[in-house]
Amino acid sequence: MPLDWSPLWLSLRFAGLATLLAAIAGLPLAWLLVHYRFRGCELLDALANLPLALPPAVFSYYLLTALGRWPIAFSWRWAIALSAIYTLPLVLRMSRAGLESLDPAFENAARVLGASEWRIFWRIGAPLAWRPLAAAGLAGLARAFADFAAAATLRNGAQGAAMIVPLTAAALAALAALYVGNRLRRERVYA
Amino acid sequence: MIQVRLTAEDLDLELTAGPGITALFGPGGAGKTRILDAIAGLAAPAGGRIIIDDEIVFDHASGVNLPPRRRHCGYVARQWALFPHMTLHDNLLFPLGSVARLERHRRVKETIDRFRLGEAATRRPHQVTPAERLRATVARALIGDPKLLLVDEPAAGLDIPLGIEWRAALRMVRDETDLPVLLATRDLDTCCELAGAMLLMDSGRILQSGPPRRVLDQPATVEAARLLGIRNLFQAEIVALDPGRNTSRLRLEDFELTGSYFPGRLRGDHVWVCVEPGRLRTTAPNGSKAQPNQVTARLERTSEMPRAVRLEFAGGIVAEIPRHEFERQKDNKEWLVEFPPEALKVL
Repeated sequence: MPLDWSPLWLSLRFAGLATLLAAIAGLPLAWLLVHYRFRGCELLDALANLPLALPPAVFSYYLLTALGRWPIAFSWRWAIALSAIYTLPLVLRMSRAGLESLDPAFENAARVLGASEWRIFWRIGAPLAWRPLAAAGLAGLARAFADFAAAATLRNGAQGAAMIVPLTAAALAALAALYVGNRLRRERVYA
Repeated sequence: MIQVRLTAEDLDLELTAGPGITALFGPGGAGKTRILDAIAGLAAPAGGRIIIDDEIVFDHASGVNLPPRRRHCGYVARQWALFPHMTLHDNLLFPLGSVARLERHRRVKETIDRFRLGEAATRRPHQVTPAERLRATVARALIGDPKLLLVDEPAAGLDIPLGIEWRAALRMVRDETDLPVLLATRDLDTCCELAGAMLLMDSGRILQSGPPRRVLDQPATVEAARLLGIRNLFQAEIVALDPGRNTSRLRLEDFELTGSYFPGRLRGDHVWVCVEPGRLRTTAPNGSKAQPNQVTARLERTSEMPRAVRLEFAGGIVAEIPRHEFERQKDNKEWLVEFPPEALKVL
């Protein structure tokens, strides 16, 4: 039986896009939660972490019930958005931990020197915390990738080696992403 | 010119600082860094008003609280906080984001020359010497033309060569600019050498202010004297005052002393008397009775100091004498400590 690699490549594209979306939402949210105390910040934090508390099937059901009439439902865009929402807590928590590990003296120095918060994030926060932020992205990628690879392979109706090989490759790729992420996370923040 | 009035429970003070260095002197926890942070906009006090160059940057009552970037302060923080991922050159460029490109580079080049950072400018902070890091930190704080400079001296202190470099950099700022500089320090030498005015602080309050020499010579209260490190503090009662002969008589716990006349004091007043350890004289008893203002004391401990020897006697008397003097007297079996009348200060 010929091996079907298409689920693997599809998963790569899918996981990349989902992680990108999760990072676009998660990084500013992490910055906001680390640096500002405002009314409702705990609620926002809890909402962003909600997917951690709900089983995927239940969460998807809620979303489908709420948005089922929208044309986006059941499309591949829908799947990416769903995966991004599921990846968000992981990216948020890890990038938040990375940003919290930064010495606030650097950000405060930049503030006094006239920089806006946007500039401080891009010029100071992100370059100094790039390792934990990259680790957060890689962990998110591994999660989204492994999730989708399994679903895509099973959906193709593949059996035996046709299923096991791409799934094993997906698991190894996810493992590599986690390993690199962990290595990055453990290295010194300022270097 | 900066005017600060803070009315929070843990920070209650009023200060005005013009061109030159104003030192905030006090122990850890006195509130020095909190004042600098409040002025820079990094912390919002629970009450009060801050005015920099006639502009209200913070007013609790009306809800004005400008963000740090609109206050135009230079801040040399305790950690220095040069951005570790940028070269010194890029650190100097950072505050000039909104300045035209040519002007930006001209100012950076000028600053690099002025602060002797030529070769170090292309390196990152961890690749240069501590002295270069220090100069780069001060240079970065000044390059954006701030309205005032806030300087927080490192809490752990500086080693001797770096301390010299530190004072030289501050002296240059004082002499070459007319910026108001607020310097938070725990070092009396720095206060005396550089500051035109000194604010003695403790627990978020100013205990005394004035030129450093005057504060040191005449502490206003016993708390102020303790903060200034004055060791010989004794409770006493004034038993006689003679303005005609310019003398007074003070009764301490175990002995009596003669001092100069203390205007504004009355006989029977209970006061604190202090004497700087370096003003006390020590001798060996030569068999005759102790002279006026001489006290027989038991030596409890000696300790080496860089240029003197400190002698600690029973009863809390501390004297500091030159090393050669100590070598001459170290075999004394008994000690006579003399309190020169002109050295006695009454608080």
